[in-house]
Amino acid sequence: MVRYVVNTDKERREMMDSIGIESIGDLFRDIDEGILLRGPLRLRHSLSEQELMDELRGISEKNADANGYARFLGAGAYDHFIPSIVPHLTGRSEFYTSYTPYQAEISQGILQAIYEFQSFICQLTEMEVANASMYDGASALAEAAVMASNITRRKEIVVSSTIHPEYREVVRTYAEAHGLEVKEIGFDDGATSASELAKGVSERTAAVLVQNPNFFGIVEELCEMEQVVHGRGALLVACVVEPTSLGLLKSPGGCGADIVAGEGQSLGNSINFGGPHLGFLAARQAFLQKMPGRLVGMTSDTKGRRCFVMTLQAREQHVRREKATSNVCTNQALNALAATIFLAALGKGGFTKLSNLNAQKARYLRARILELDGFESVFTKPFYNEFVVKCPVDPARINKELEGDGIIGGLPLRRHYDGFEGGWLLCATERETKLDIDRLIEALRGIAR
Amino acid sequence: MKLIFELSVQGREGASLPKLDVPERELGIPAAQLRSDVPLPEVSEVDVVRHYTELSRRNFGVDSGFYPLGSCTMKYNPKVNEAIASLPGLSSVHPYQSEGLSQGCLQILHELSADLAEITGMDAFTLQPAAGAQGELVGLMVAKAYFRKRGERRTKVLVPDSAHGTNPASAAVCGYEVVELSSDSRGGVDMSELSDKATGDVAVLMLTNPNTLGLFEENIIEISKIVHDKGGLMYCDGANMNAILGVARPGDMGFDITHLNLHKTFSAPHGGGGPGSGPVGVKALLEPFLPKPTIEGDGERYFLNYDRPDSIGRVKAFYGNFAVLVKAYAYIRALGPDGLREVAENAVLNANYLMRKLKGAYELPYDRICKHEFVLSGSKQLAHGVHTMDIAKRLIDYGYHPPTIYFPLIVKEALMIEPTETEGKETLDAFADAMLQIAEEARKDPDLLRAAPQTAPVTRPDALTAARRPNLRWRPVDDKPQ
Repeated sequence: MVRYVVNTDKERREMMDSIGIESIGDLFRDIDEGILLRGPLRLRHSLSEQELMDELRGISEKNADANGYARFLGAGAYDHFIPSIVPHLTGRSEFYTSYTPYQAEISQGILQAIYEFQSFICQLTEMEVANASMYDGASALAEAAVMASNITRRKEIVVSSTIHPEYREVVRTYAEAHGLEVKEIGFDDGATSASELAKGVSERTAAVLVQNPNFFGIVEELCEMEQVVHGRGALLVACVVEPTSLGLLKSPGGCGADIVAGEGQSLGNSINFGGPHLGFLAARQAFLQKMPGRLVGMTSDTKGRRCFVMTLQAREQHVRREKATSNVCTNQALNALAATIFLAALGKGGFTKLSNLNAQKARYLRARILELDGFESVFTKPFYNEFVVKCPVDPARINKELEGDGIIGGLPLRRHYDGFEGGWLLCATERETKLDIDRLIEALRGIAR
Repeated sequence: MKLIFELSVQGREGASLPKLDVPERELGIPAAQLRSDVPLPEVSEVDVVRHYTELSRRNFGVDSGFYPLGSCTMKYNPKVNEAIASLPGLSSVHPYQSEGLSQGCLQILHELSADLAEITGMDAFTLQPAAGAQGELVGLMVAKAYFRKRGERRTKVLVPDSAHGTNPASAAVCGYEVVELSSDSRGGVDMSELSDKATGDVAVLMLTNPNTLGLFEENIIEISKIVHDKGGLMYCDGANMNAILGVARPGDMGFDITHLNLHKTFSAPHGGGGPGSGPVGVKALLEPFLPKPTIEGDGERYFLNYDRPDSIGRVKAFYGNFAVLVKAYAYIRALGPDGLREVAENAVLNANYLMRKLKGAYELPYDRICKHEFVLSGSKQLAHGVHTMDIAKRLIDYGYHPPTIYFPLIVKEALMIEPTETEGKETLDAFADAMLQIAEEARKDPDLLRAAPQTAPVTRPDALTAARRPNLRWRPVDDKPQ
């Protein structure tokens, strides 16, 4: 069996003698006999490393992965190419076997990487400050809503229904805990309805939450919403679920957003059946003290050398306890490191090129699908790398048939939105080749017929 | 050291992307919605590799050396678990692909839930929370939903003064009034104060057991009874589960809710501060309120159940930090029941052995058998004008990661030491020698400690300036702060 304990029986005996106990059982005498386990836990027997690897590989082979299948599924988790240097560098065990950088002198690596991550998020979003990361995009958005309520001292959160359905659920859960009221506004041609927004925002509204590109892949008119939202004294919270779009689209900061919450999985992180992903949170400088989560700052050591520390900790739970801005403790440091390395490697030119590849592949895919009999366009507004089509038959059935061809289709929208019979949310990234797309089209031709 | 941004040279590229292989089309996005420039650095692949390799050399992990950070369980992170979590059939599975193509993932989640329930004595688990603190929030929301369903209004949460800061913070986030409980002279909950404060409006008592002093709550059965008699629920902060794996279970002690930190007890790496994973287990009466979806199955087929009308909802997109859950699953699967018990036994043996060696040179405020960790006070050294901070920094010069310091708050100049089971006797002996040497130095040459560390990449940072004039990001030179 695998054992990670170190000491031998002889060493254990010596240690027990040194403590002055007869047996290991003496170490647990402070536990009432009535609650000591009498027998072993009812778990399966132990395995050697080889057996373990074989068993887990077997289980993993029951899944379909992106290597064996062409996949046209996004909806909040995106297939992007990850340069080899990302896992190589995040796999340096000085990084991944360390913890929160409480001891700055021997944690400069993680601290500086977080500082760089904060800088990268500011550069991408064109916001003034960003924190060290959050659990995921959905909880980052929920924390942003709570933060906006704390800033404005208002209790109503207006949520666009074009936000990822699971993100809206998380916002509702957090709002319930914090005693906030959530109001949803509808959409028009796939984008947040301007008229519902104008009616929905009032002097009671703490924040309006909008995702861009939204769940349907559509580019929202963020800059125009800004005036309406600020006109009522509310804050504009922009949510970015597909950050590769930031190489192409006008940034939330450029549109006057007050807080940006997002998901950074697309930036060098594996899709991992939904986690760990990477939440990020950025804001205007004025809201710094109201931000949840860790922050790393640059300073100097006693010899005047540049160094980094966790800072402004008076906002946090380990200092403020029940008066903290949030109960958040850890961040997603390793995922943030992956995003940092990814962005450094892609760089200025590469990142823009990546965004463009995504937009182009999605346009080719959409155009080819709409050539097929029975497949119809649903929305006319501009999109990034995802879009909705209406299928002639139930998209769940289409997906089932595609699986036989080694293709994973899009997301049937019916599960998340009423009145979307036949709605199918498709995604194409730089990973899909023309060949993959053409193969999908041929398969669909067969199914629709 | 330079920032990655400061290494930028116009025109350099660090990654290659495929050529566009489809006909180029108009984007159809109005110019007003496009951006002209993304101000990222321009560096080569080698620049990136050297930069982050150098940063890694300025970081200390469990693989670098002894890391006795109390309450964080910095045990060895098995490499095979990293290899397993990286298998394409696990790391590259989309959360929305069909259940039929995700059976392996669902099987792991289903079996892990069952294993954690057996280990803790709970009836059902949610694996969704991304970290211990989010687990606390889920646990308290479940309790709140339970009382609402029963038509009871309870407004208070009891938290001992030795608790992690997340406990009162989570209770406050959940809208509860936090009532603090004092610790008694043996380091446990003060029973007479508990009797007074356990009133009919208390929803939950949050207790870490073993507590943050590394001590088992000797009166746990009585504590549970007092809280239950008033209709309240018992919450176990399972951060310290490493001490009692296979020995005792929160569920048998009267706890109704428990969260676990898979990155502590179950060997998943801490990743420089995350990702973690904080599953929550509950007794059957609370199961209907767990987040959705739950993962169900009969051993043949597994599926996601979204049909949960009493659920508190969701706290995270998708199903939890899956890759972290995989590592915990592999750990439990590899060790089996005997291996897990051996973990607790050795963790507790190592802690007691080290505690005996250090008692004397350092004040031991609660002198009794400890569990996986123990708390010393630097009060003797304070007499020489040396603070616990100085002791910690001096340990860096000896090649160790310092223990947790100034926590728990109820011990003056606290040093909280958790050796874990994955350290050998000679490591503990050498660490003890260093600590004794430092106690000597504190007496003879306190300035040596105040100036420590001298061997680390940097000396002590100016934290005051960092907080007063926060510099939280790099800016391009031509970019004026707004």
